[in-house]
Amino acid sequence: MAIFLDENSKIIVQGMTGSEGMKHTARMLSSGADVVGGVNARKAGTKADFASTSLPVFGSVAEAMSETGANVAVGFVPPAFTKDSVIEAIDAEIPLAVVITEGIAVHDTAVFWAYAQGKKTRIVGPNCPGLISPGKSNAGIIPADITKAGRIGLVSKSGTLTYQMMFELRDLGFSTCVGIGGDPIIGTTHIDCLEAFQNDPETDAIVMIGEIGGDAEERAAAYVKANVTKPVVGYVAGFTAPEGKTMGHAGAIVSGSSGTAQAKKEALEAAGVRVGKTPSATAQLMREILAGG
Amino acid sequence: MDLFEYQAKRLFQKYGVPVSLGDVATTPEQAKAIAERLGGVTVVKAQVKIGGRGKAGGVKVAKRPEDAAEAATQILGMDIKGHTVHRVLVDPGAAIEEEYYVSYLLDRANRTFLAMASYEGGMEIEQLAVERPDALAKVPVDAIVGVDEAKAREIVQAARFPAEVADKVAAVLVKLWEAFVGSDATLVEVNPLAKVASGEVIALDGKVTLDDNANFRQPGNAELVDVEAADPLEQKAKEKHLNYVKLDGEVGIIGNGAGLVMSTLDVVAYAGEKYANGSGPGVRPANFLDIGGGASAEVMADGLDIILNDPSVRSVFVNVFGGITSCDAVADGIVGALQLLGDEASKPLVVRLDGNNVVEGRRILTEAGHPLVTLVDTMDAAAAKAAELAATAAAAD
Repeated sequence: MAIFLDENSKIIVQGMTGSEGMKHTARMLSSGADVVGGVNARKAGTKADFASTSLPVFGSVAEAMSETGANVAVGFVPPAFTKDSVIEAIDAEIPLAVVITEGIAVHDTAVFWAYAQGKKTRIVGPNCPGLISPGKSNAGIIPADITKAGRIGLVSKSGTLTYQMMFELRDLGFSTCVGIGGDPIIGTTHIDCLEAFQNDPETDAIVMIGEIGGDAEERAAAYVKANVTKPVVGYVAGFTAPEGKTMGHAGAIVSGSSGTAQAKKEALEAAGVRVGKTPSATAQLMREILAGG
Repeated sequence: MDLFEYQAKRLFQKYGVPVSLGDVATTPEQAKAIAERLGGVTVVKAQVKIGGRGKAGGVKVAKRPEDAAEAATQILGMDIKGHTVHRVLVDPGAAIEEEYYVSYLLDRANRTFLAMASYEGGMEIEQLAVERPDALAKVPVDAIVGVDEAKAREIVQAARFPAEVADKVAAVLVKLWEAFVGSDATLVEVNPLAKVASGEVIALDGKVTLDDNANFRQPGNAELVDVEAADPLEQKAKEKHLNYVKLDGEVGIIGNGAGLVMSTLDVVAYAGEKYANGSGPGVRPANFLDIGGGASAEVMADGLDIILNDPSVRSVFVNVFGGITSCDAVADGIVGALQLLGDEASKPLVVRLDGNNVVEGRRILTEAGHPLVTLVDTMDAAAAKAAELAATAAAAD
């Protein structure tokens, strides 16, 4: 089954005709994802050519959905215009909108998140690599050749650190890997993924990766304690980060005593989540659990 | 980006928020001239991006212009919790009757905006939140609806402001929200918002944090950047559009992706712990540097140049997991960078490559055979090697 994204996912790409959109559509196609079209209001009615196929460009998400049956939108729209593109996807009632774009003004994200409340669209991101269910589908920029299909679920704020973890456990494999993104406001949280993995018959164990900033990991820890029976292993990045300095991700900042890696580690361990000191140590913990340890 | 008080107040003024605002001085003579112009009692206030300046002696009341000059002499150049005071704000004195607290901020946990307000301002908000939690109202603000008159009244009521100031405070709250949204701020705080003898309600202080992601639509932001504060290496990195934060350590770090780089810092710190002894804390990471997908020789050279200009750096660890970026492009970038830097590349480089096209990437580095470059297969082993090289270099001193 996997979570959020599976073999029935039909993907349209917002901003497909831009350079990032074209590059990543080509990668999604070669990974076997069912990409069925793109959206760009100014290029509606044209076609975009790729090595293996040609895809139609539609003027709107609604039109694309009606013509192709698409149920996933992946967005490469530049930050100044992302809010409008996400609102369009929400209005079209697409079930899943994956927002890859980095650098969106937080006021814009706050608005499209408020707009999404009570509506039918799950938002993943923004500022995220997307999600992949190996062997089934791939919505975003995660490389499809790092790992195989398996029964571990992965949820992470990071991009390349997610790939590193996928690489560490590539022999065991994953049901779904979700990059939820590093911005201060994100549409899908650790908790959302933990819940979905807990309910997914194809996932046996979960790895969650967090980083400094905010209290998402602490809240996830409380959620695990109350609701998750499958084994969860965690990794937190940023023990060495100094206070008050943003470390790359817009959301990765320690303010006073809140948002530290140490606090997150302690909260997770108190909830029964084993936390690895390094990515390789975290992978080792998962191996031990799956081997019956 | 955090603003100074004077910048925050000028922003408030732009949106019609009543403020007590004089002018900025960088010398005692300027402070005196401003005090003369304002007339009457003035307040000389250190402009630093950190709290606690009052306690540190950074805020002084001046009865006469000569006193303002004297205060400025004492305050300018002061170190307040690691921040050097380069300028002071000379404000008109105010006949304060009551002090309140209001702020707007991002509530990450609830993914909404939050208004905080208290009838009891003037003290540290963290202290108030702990000692008198029911004195601090917290009202969620919907990003689409914002703070209109109705919402402002809701906030005023929740904070139990007395009837005689309710209208004035509500009006300030609406204008402050306009400033918050209009400037793309992630924090706007007024502590104190004061009722003065005339009955007016004015902002006597201001703290604002702006969202750097909004720079594309906030052209005025460039002028607000404090060029003196930035560490010279961080300033240089900013000019080259590099995501660099200077730390205190011996192993320079370059990686692709913020999470991976943070993780690399941690792994190097752990590897360096074993070199702690009587004479030092061990080997530590020297910086955070995320080059993202920047595999080009220019970007790699710029990054290495910044890092190598830190005299504490003894070795450099380049940690790359090629996702979209391919390892052969990164390897070419490293080889090209070392050529560009020439003699400046004087410290050993440990490189770990994995992911996209790793075999080709490793081949390129092996064939280039640069004497300073060591290729190590795994992240853990590479971190250990980089720490060891730094420790050896230090021991050889």
